[in-house]
Amino acid sequence: MIGKELLKVNNLKKYFPIQGGFLGRTVNHVKAVDDISFNVYEGETVSLVGESGCGKSTAGRVILRLEEPTAGEVIFNEINMTSLDKANLRKMRKDLQIIFQDPFASINPRQTVAQVLEEALQIQNLAPAEQRRSRALELLETVGLAPYQADRYPHEFSGGQRQRVGIARALSLNPKLIICDEAVSALDVSIRAQILNLLKKLQREFSLTYLFISHDLGVVRHISDRIIVMYLGRIMEIADKISLFENAQHPYTRALLSAIPIPRPGRKRERMVLAGDVPSAIDPPVGCRFHTRCPYVRDNCKEEVPQLRSAGNMAAGHLTACHYFEEINSP
Amino acid sequence: MSGLVHETSGVEHQPIRGASGLRIIYKKLSRNKAALIGGYLIVFFVIVSIVGPHLTVHDPVSVDYSTRLLAPSSDFWLGTDHNGRDIFTRLVHGMSITLYIGFLSVLIGVFIGVPLGIVAGYYGKIIDTFIMRCIDVLLAFPGILLAIALVSVLGGSIINVIIAVGIFSVPGFARIVRGSTMAVSKLEYIDAVRALGATDLRIIFLHILPNIVSPIIVQATIRVAIAILIASGLSFLGLGAQPPTPEWGAMLSQGRSYMFDHPHVALFPGLAIVSVVLAFNLFGDGLRDAFDPRSKA
Repeated sequence: MIGKELLKVNNLKKYFPIQGGFLGRTVNHVKAVDDISFNVYEGETVSLVGESGCGKSTAGRVILRLEEPTAGEVIFNEINMTSLDKANLRKMRKDLQIIFQDPFASINPRQTVAQVLEEALQIQNLAPAEQRRSRALELLETVGLAPYQADRYPHEFSGGQRQRVGIARALSLNPKLIICDEAVSALDVSIRAQILNLLKKLQREFSLTYLFISHDLGVVRHISDRIIVMYLGRIMEIADKISLFENAQHPYTRALLSAIPIPRPGRKRERMVLAGDVPSAIDPPVGCRFHTRCPYVRDNCKEEVPQLRSAGNMAAGHLTACHYFEEINSP
Repeated sequence: MSGLVHETSGVEHQPIRGASGLRIIYKKLSRNKAALIGGYLIVFFVIVSIVGPHLTVHDPVSVDYSTRLLAPSSDFWLGTDHNGRDIFTRLVHGMSITLYIGFLSVLIGVFIGVPLGIVAGYYGKIIDTFIMRCIDVLLAFPGILLAIALVSVLGGSIINVIIAVGIFSVPGFARIVRGSTMAVSKLEYIDAVRALGATDLRIIFLHILPNIVSPIIVQATIRVAIAILIASGLSFLGLGAQPPTPEWGAMLSQGRSYMFDHPHVALFPGLAIVSVVLAFNLFGDGLRDAFDPRSKA
């Protein structure tokens, strides 16, 4: 792996209470993230992929403590984020930033672009008042916007340009890690490529680490070093990009990969179509979360929770959470 | 990448500072005839309340039995009341009292209700439950009854009426502000500034408050009308302004005894109240439509 461990997520859980009944008691929980652990190394891009509702965005928000975790810890740069008090957390926030999915909702409509960036600098006290403006203009140029656009309001920009503003805001604090929460999903395909290339360029220039949350495997393949596949709040498989795309072990990962369209007419991939829908995260299946839809399901899958593990034919760091992947994948 | 910089350079706008939103509101408002009439009437009433008292020739309070209960004439435009005072003069002098009650009591409502609503909506959970249950208690009283109770405890005077009506308008503001705050707090840009490390105070004052002013303005305008109506009602019941203050509700109440033989004594104060309340209601409704992003500019 590349540098040192920058982010360590240990047994992270996030349950959202469901209130019901006359007195609004907690009747149940949505287990959005249920016991996930992974590491992110300095300078790499790790992707969290999965279907809608698998908990990938929640995981990102909990890591930033935009949501309080139910259990587990997030260790960033050897500091335990989960135990920080409010004041220390605010200071810490400059090292971790986030880029949101919806470029229309992620900027205050009543602030000009320059105000957005100057405020970020002001909050973390990174530049004296008289230098904030010039720093903001510099940031705009870094993300490919022109200084003359600085005094415009968000509604005067296109989606791609707004996303650039969002990136500039995240960059303004010189963070070490940026969480890209579906950062390009809302953009047109052509703009998407530009933004992805911009993110790659910035990563080289500022030695950034990305945690890239996406449901789009094409995008993930383009940008990631390592990929984490999530399903119903749990991690199914972790692998570097090449191992995952060439040598996926988990039946769920293989089903996902087989759904990527091939841009060549006439050529067909062997599709592995999953039956049914994703079960509810309120009462997730016992045992392996995937057993209700797995074509290779056996009795044991319905009882015992599979742990992440490796085998001889897999690259270092490639882990998968399936009891029977060796048998399933043997020819 | 360099080509992207000029994505929109074909259309050169002048940077607009905050004006664009207001301009759209004004445009929508000026197409709404009823709201315009309401707005002009409010401006007219404000001018009358400031300039009017200096232009009237009769005295609004001194009693003169020789001119008792006269019908409208060129000398007494709207006639005289049972104490021989010119009703038109009293209405003009009462205008400032009416507006004063309306604006001040709504201001009290805003200053108490808005912070309560923001705190409840932003922090949620137990704080929200506590504040909103207190508000529910206030709401459970019929408004006029609450005002009567407060005034009878505090004693009848214009200031006490203002306080009573102000407290009566707190729940309306708290509820509307709580709802808007909850909606705005869930938006991604609030998360974004929180991720930058902003304090709760900064988020509330710089990011939530500016985005919920429009419902507050609309509510305030409509509330002015309700406040005027309730204050008049209290004075009518003898709990508000005391004689000889030319308060419209009190005038209406005094005119009641002469209603059948001299209807003008009660009629004109009543019409004055109706016109002011109507003006504020029309303008408030127009504002609400204008602030509604779904309505067309």
